[in-house]
Amino acid sequence: MRRIISILMENEPGALSRVVGLFSQRNYNIETLTVAPTEDPSLSRLTLTTVGSDKVIEQITKQLNKLIEVVKLVDLTEGNHIERELMLIKLKASGAQRAEIKRTVDIFRGQIVDVTSTVYTVQLTGDGEKLDAFIQAVGTVGVLEVVRSGVSGISRGEKVLSL
Amino acid sequence: MELLSGGDMLVRALKDEGVEYIYGYPGGAALHIYDALFRQDDVKHLLVRHEQAATHMADGYARATGEPGVVLVTSGPGATNTITGIATASMDSIPMVVLCGQVVSSLIGEDAFQETDMIGVSRPIVKHNMTVRHPSEIPTLVKKAFYLAKTGRPGPVVLDIPKDMTAPNEHYEYHYPDKVSLRSYNPAMRGHAGQIKKAVDMLLAARRPMIYAGGGVILGRASKELTDLAHELGYPVTNTIMGLGGFPATDPQSLGWLGMHGSYESNMAMHHSDLILAVGARFDDRVTNATDKFCPGARIIHIDIDPASISKTVQADVPIVGPVHSVLSEMLSLVRESSASPDQEALDAWWKQIREWGKYRPRYYYEKNDDHIMPQEVIEALYKVTNGDAYVTSDVGQHQMFAAQYYPFDKPNRWINSGGLGTMGFGFPAAMGVKLHFPDEEVVCVTGEGSIQMNIQELSTCKQYDLPVKIVNLNNQALGMVKQWQDMNYEARHAHSYMDSLPDFVKLMEAYGHVGIKVTKREELMPALEKAFAMKDKLVFLDIYVDPFEHVYPMQVARGSMKDMWLSKTERV
Repeated sequence: MRRIISILMENEPGALSRVVGLFSQRNYNIETLTVAPTEDPSLSRLTLTTVGSDKVIEQITKQLNKLIEVVKLVDLTEGNHIERELMLIKLKASGAQRAEIKRTVDIFRGQIVDVTSTVYTVQLTGDGEKLDAFIQAVGTVGVLEVVRSGVSGISRGEKVLSL
Repeated sequence: MELLSGGDMLVRALKDEGVEYIYGYPGGAALHIYDALFRQDDVKHLLVRHEQAATHMADGYARATGEPGVVLVTSGPGATNTITGIATASMDSIPMVVLCGQVVSSLIGEDAFQETDMIGVSRPIVKHNMTVRHPSEIPTLVKKAFYLAKTGRPGPVVLDIPKDMTAPNEHYEYHYPDKVSLRSYNPAMRGHAGQIKKAVDMLLAARRPMIYAGGGVILGRASKELTDLAHELGYPVTNTIMGLGGFPATDPQSLGWLGMHGSYESNMAMHHSDLILAVGARFDDRVTNATDKFCPGARIIHIDIDPASISKTVQADVPIVGPVHSVLSEMLSLVRESSASPDQEALDAWWKQIREWGKYRPRYYYEKNDDHIMPQEVIEALYKVTNGDAYVTSDVGQHQMFAAQYYPFDKPNRWINSGGLGTMGFGFPAAMGVKLHFPDEEVVCVTGEGSIQMNIQELSTCKQYDLPVKIVNLNNQALGMVKQWQDMNYEARHAHSYMDSLPDFVKLMEAYGHVGIKVTKREELMPALEKAFAMKDKLVFLDIYVDPFEHVYPMQVARGSMKDMWLSKTERV
């Protein structure tokens, strides 16, 4: 099953490589990964998505918890949560295509953030499926470049991941 | 407050941590530290002949005493040579602190002379590793390294020290902290009371119980608690090969060890039990055999300091995370207070069954022949000569299994072997580390002519520091365990498992200033051992020629259950 694991860890050199190393070392999957400092600069928040059986996920969370720099972690998929990914996508846009792409962007509630006479650069946020759907909707022919941030997530309601 | 250079701070911090001996090898990036060592007498340094041996020496010391062993090496090759030793310690959860020199910070990343990314290289095999980024951090980082190495589930910690951090001309305030706390690291101090209660209820209700105790009992200094609980309950105990001595092997409740080469009754009792109390053991593949066939009727209580060890390979029914000694003593109190008691009738029937299985011993006990000394009889003779009270280290292979099978350990910390990583070359330097700290104890390395040659250069270190360990070389002129597998699984095609051109070990010992004795006949065996152990001040190497065809039995059948075993070359049960 696909899981989103969100980790608070010490914002120290080497901490990220320990997390990434663990996945290859123990033969776990890692599908996406995002990381950035939090409002407390001594802490980083790392969100990763992985796929595995319940047993494997249990081991992943236990092994992550064992890393000295990992302060706290939560499996967001255990409860209600919000999942977002940011995509920047560069599309070939000329002639009649321009209006069609603009309409599609509006439907997906995206924004055109950069324009040339032949190219639109579109910004889109949503869960992974929505981003996939957009790419499908604009057709792969016109896609010049895709950048996806990987998944970020947060629990719904009053539950927080903090110290 | 005192002002000290980084190098002096490092050495002083070791002293303040209570470190008496460190093992190492100097080199460019570590020279400021070595100079600091030279200018004091509190921390003594032993110069090895290869850095790997330094780690095994530190490891042997740690296994015998429970205290972290300390290693000091230079950058690059000095650091990478410690990797096998660090991995060995890591797999067996041995507390160790490895101090590695590093090139000056301004050169890091430039492929400087003797530069290696030791933090990156060691990452998967350490409990933690850290780089010194400012000399003033040294006392705190040393404290942290020791704290991490020895608390919770112990393990090796690497401290990477760029040369400029120990420069003699810069001085900083030295203060060694009493303790460190880490917000991200809080090992369990007690087990969950509710879980312990539940476990005790299950224990008392069991009809065919087994206590399966691992190295965690020794690391967690819980032998007494384990023994008391087992005696209170009257339940059978089996140890892992890492846990030997955690429960006295000559106690009537001991079934010997379990797993691939464990005793028949241990493996049978595990397979047929209805409740397993696993204590500081990790259900390693060499214990469980095929996990899908593992102990089908047993519910499992698993006590471990490391939550990740629980339900990793075999699902636990009652997990208890905590230090084994406190969990076991809480269990003992509850058992004593409880109005319930074990069903004596069921327990008697269970013991009767176990004693029946015990009668299989002669079927896998070795047979003597006229042509050769048997490796097992060497171990039996060794047991006699040392009154069963020596510190025995081993290398890896058949001799390791024979030593574990035929030298029953009644005390913890006496059996020292690389059970997890299986590192050939471990035993001799480990024995040196033990001997250094227990000069009045008998310290024996049981080895083979394959393993001993993987760290034989340390004979020179033994001469320099007067470390009169005894080496029992079970010489079968082959890599015995490899050959056994080839006999059993590859139609006896002995691909590179032979040992041609062995050195004359007796002459080799003489060259290093030690004593070598070659033994080829049965009648020479006891006198040679007695002679060797009578030479208290000498390193004696007994080169004992043994039967080259012998196999280790029992041996579990690959991909079978606990109860599927070969008892001899021809008998499979």
